[in-house]
Amino acid sequence: MSAISLSDLDISYGETQVTHGITLDVAEGESFALVGESGSGKSTVLRAIAGLAPDWTGKISVLGKARSHGVDRQVSRQCQMVFQDPYGSLHPRKTIDAILSEPLAIHGLGNRGPRVEAMLAAVGLDRRFRFRFPHQLSGGQRQRVAIARALMLEPKVMLLDEPTSALDVSVQAEILNLLKRLRREQGLTYLVVTHNLPVVAFLCDRLAVMRHGRVVEIASAEQLKTGKLVAPYSLELLAASGAQVVPT
Amino acid sequence: MSSPLLDVQNLRVSFPSPKGPVEVVKGISFTLGRERLGIVGESGSGKSMTGRSILKLIRSPGKVTADRMTFDGIDLLSQSEKQMRAIRGARISMVMQDPKFSLNPVMTVGEQIAEALVTHAKLPRREINDRVLSMLEAVRINDPARVAKLYPHEVSGGMGQRVMIAMMLIPEPDLLIADEPTSALDVSVQAQVLDIIDDLVVTKGMGLILISHDLNLVSHYCDRILVMNSGQVVEECIASELSQAKHPYTRGLLAAMPRIDETRDELPVLDRTAWAGT
Repeated sequence: MSAISLSDLDISYGETQVTHGITLDVAEGESFALVGESGSGKSTVLRAIAGLAPDWTGKISVLGKARSHGVDRQVSRQCQMVFQDPYGSLHPRKTIDAILSEPLAIHGLGNRGPRVEAMLAAVGLDRRFRFRFPHQLSGGQRQRVAIARALMLEPKVMLLDEPTSALDVSVQAEILNLLKRLRREQGLTYLVVTHNLPVVAFLCDRLAVMRHGRVVEIASAEQLKTGKLVAPYSLELLAASGAQVVPT
Repeated sequence: MSSPLLDVQNLRVSFPSPKGPVEVVKGISFTLGRERLGIVGESGSGKSMTGRSILKLIRSPGKVTADRMTFDGIDLLSQSEKQMRAIRGARISMVMQDPKFSLNPVMTVGEQIAEALVTHAKLPRREINDRVLSMLEAVRINDPARVAKLYPHEVSGGMGQRVMIAMMLIPEPDLLIADEPTSALDVSVQAQVLDIIDDLVVTKGMGLILISHDLNLVSHYCDRILVMNSGQVVEECIASELSQAKHPYTRGLLAAMPRIDETRDELPVLDRTAWAGT
């Protein structure tokens, strides 16, 4: 069974149609990347799966079940999203404890205290952070909180929207290691949006290259590492990041 | 090389806090000729503060002290605000990080670029117009006449950044400080914007200080690199020899970067217990 399956997905914001006929299949336990320039619609695809962009036609199914257009609790339980900017995605006036307990309260789950503690340990945060506010943490620590919040409901599928682009290189390495470890330990499926190809090489098994709202190529990470992408635009992207990766 | 364009000795920047003053730049020294210098470091390493203190853009209660800070024979420390205004833009200019927040939203692109020029030189209107258009062309904007009439919200991030570069380069400064000029941009646009900066800096013979957290990017576009950590320069090296860097911090930063042909199962991380107090 595929974890996420999109067929012929057209997403619009008002009058503007952002994506055109996206068809994708992400297998269970796989880590899949969407890459492309800004405005190519890659984040919009994630938002539609998470239910944040309700104006779409086509079919979205998560773990075999078709998704409705509205708020879908069943999908929320199984599929959670981590946003790009940890400075903007955490409520500034709630403690870490409140932030992490909220999903549990919404879904009526008990045993909140121990669960919060266990999750803080899982993402590598000390328990003294539990009653602090987001502004008292560094960027990397906040991104750990955001990941912890997404994992509170024990989802099977994680949607990651540029999870490290707001962070420093050294902190990025920590978060990437964390994501890789969590996937191994909990058997998660990742759908990652990024424009950083080295991150894809490290974290993902397959990738789809998007441009102007269309998928131009689906390739394996092996192809990316050896530079064997086919579509001209993918090669352009590869050259753009290759210029930085291989200093002359 | 003759006397350096910029000479900074023992620069210190501090901010007061309830626990006494906090030094964010702790005595750094460097000289710059007409060359490209890169300053790299993580957030909070004081690299932006260094760039801003050269232009004396650090406002009270921040305090800047230095044993020497001269630019082309001018002692920057003793300049008044008014004298600084004659230097800023005309002699030293700065490209900021994010075009979305640094451009004036209620002025057209062309007006803003012209403003940078008019502030420092009296020129007939026709000539101003010509120079704005040729500058837009120099930053590789197709159809400059149309773009000059647009407002900042009507242009993309990459184009906005090129507009800002045009604005900063039109008075033909001697020194350009670029503070993370591309971190708000896409990978595909990043290379373009940096190539433009590089091209203009080389052809006009300016000095460039490129501030970034991206080691590879800096090593690609600069001649010399300063690596900063918590307010101090930990290593200075020739860009082409970055891969042979000695300092453990620099080595750690280099190793932490994923590569496109990644085979490592886990990335090495910096041991930050030494300086992460909280």
